[in-house]
Amino acid sequence: MATQFLPPDWPGNFWAHWAVFTVIILVFLLLTVMAFIWFERRAMAIMQSRLGPNRAGPFGIFQPAADALKLLIKEDVVPAAGDKVVHWLAPVVAFVPVMMVFAVVPFQGGALLADLNVGVLYIVAISSLTAVGIFMAGWSSNNKYSLLGAMRQVASVVSYEIPVVLSLIGVILLAGSLSLQQIVQAQEIPFILVQPLGFLLFFCGALAEINRAPFDLTEADSEIVAGFLTEYSGMKFGLLFLAEYGEALAISAIVTTLFLGGWRGPLLPDWLWFLLKVGAVFFFIVWIRTTVPRVRIDQLMALAWKFLFPLALINLLVTAVEILVWPDVSLWLLVPVNFAVMIVLVLLWSKLFKLGWGRVNV
Amino acid sequence: MGLDVAFWILAVVGVTAALAVVLLGDVFRAALSLVLCFLAVAGIYLTLNADFLAVVQILVYVGAISVLIILAIMLTREVQRGSPSNRLRIPALFVAALFLVVVIYALLNTNWQISSVPPLEPTTPAIAGLLFGEGGFILPVEIAPILLLAAIIGAIVLVREK
Repeated sequence: MATQFLPPDWPGNFWAHWAVFTVIILVFLLLTVMAFIWFERRAMAIMQSRLGPNRAGPFGIFQPAADALKLLIKEDVVPAAGDKVVHWLAPVVAFVPVMMVFAVVPFQGGALLADLNVGVLYIVAISSLTAVGIFMAGWSSNNKYSLLGAMRQVASVVSYEIPVVLSLIGVILLAGSLSLQQIVQAQEIPFILVQPLGFLLFFCGALAEINRAPFDLTEADSEIVAGFLTEYSGMKFGLLFLAEYGEALAISAIVTTLFLGGWRGPLLPDWLWFLLKVGAVFFFIVWIRTTVPRVRIDQLMALAWKFLFPLALINLLVTAVEILVWPDVSLWLLVPVNFAVMIVLVLLWSKLFKLGWGRVNV
Repeated sequence: MGLDVAFWILAVVGVTAALAVVLLGDVFRAALSLVLCFLAVAGIYLTLNADFLAVVQILVYVGAISVLIILAIMLTREVQRGSPSNRLRIPALFVAALFLVVVIYALLNTNWQISSVPPLEPTTPAIAGLLFGEGGFILPVEIAPILLLAAIIGAIVLVREK
């Protein structure tokens, strides 16, 4: 494996490092989000027996660029009775944390903006800021659908934060570090094999936190128009849209780093492995979107508190006991044990817990 | 030098935001100023090499408590003019000024111990050792969750329908 480690202040001093990686993260984010939007529309079209965007350039690859250009020159409509300052600030507050998440994601051995020793916790903390931005958007629009969307967002973020963080602790216990760099180095085998239940819980919870289907209640078009996006137009809408896809990209990158071995892989260069894995995770997200119908708000809450939360606690307990009892055993031995635990628990809980009966409190 | 600049920027932002929380009439904007104030405090923790504390500050105060405050504000009426002035303004100013004087007096008259040991790096293993290790603070760490659990159960009992 050709793992090359860059020195911590490559290429030279602190400010050069800062400037180079900030530019890399910005360009990476913008280009990848545009690529993902195109990819999602084409992939969904194929899955739904449609054509998808196919006019702008070969296979329609210039469609996102054309859309971005259209958004830039559109009129910016601000609701007359809304809170104009907050309305203007909201897209910025929603977007900045998404970009900050990538500061700790290693693209290659040592290739990251900052190797924080509290990396995972930093990601969890920073990404919770986006909820404030979305709430600002919903409130300042002075529109009941916007506010309903924002309320749903806050409810889902507050509930899903708990299972998401608890399912991450299993990975942290195995790696013995909070730094993403060291978590990648600790993955002799990808942690998705050692922590299958943790991966499942994290992926479900993360989808709910970033409002991807089937948890896209904040912008359920059939119920509340477009949720917090309803009153936004022009580039402010563009920025909120960018924040949303940036979150999906961030989740793909975090799943890649924590569960899929990050940039590690044979033959190909490390950064290419990283990009391929991120793309694969994003494809999985798109696949889920076209497959699973949207849940109701009461089902969303029930899933978090009755299904994900207890399973995350049990997963944490099982992992901690394994690490205490067999500290020196090979990780390969934990794989069948943990898969068995996952299958038993998921089957058991789906017997105990039914989604969709009981009262509907919207 | 760089740290001084960072400290002054964060201090000015933090104090301004804190004043805005009290003085703004719009309760929602006041809550947003509170978020900014929390962020400035987290920044000050960062300049003091307390990275874990800074991240926890953002996670708990900005990510959870502020969101709950905003959610509670949504349940009130008259959000945009929700903080009316009344006759208690002058007494409140007096009490606040008295508190400020006491704090400044205490600050200036304390003999602050400045450690010459370089800050610990990385911080997380040391914190974990203190919280969960032998001779650490394991008892308070265990008591706090029991208190919180009791509070949660109490809340559930209070709001449960008969």
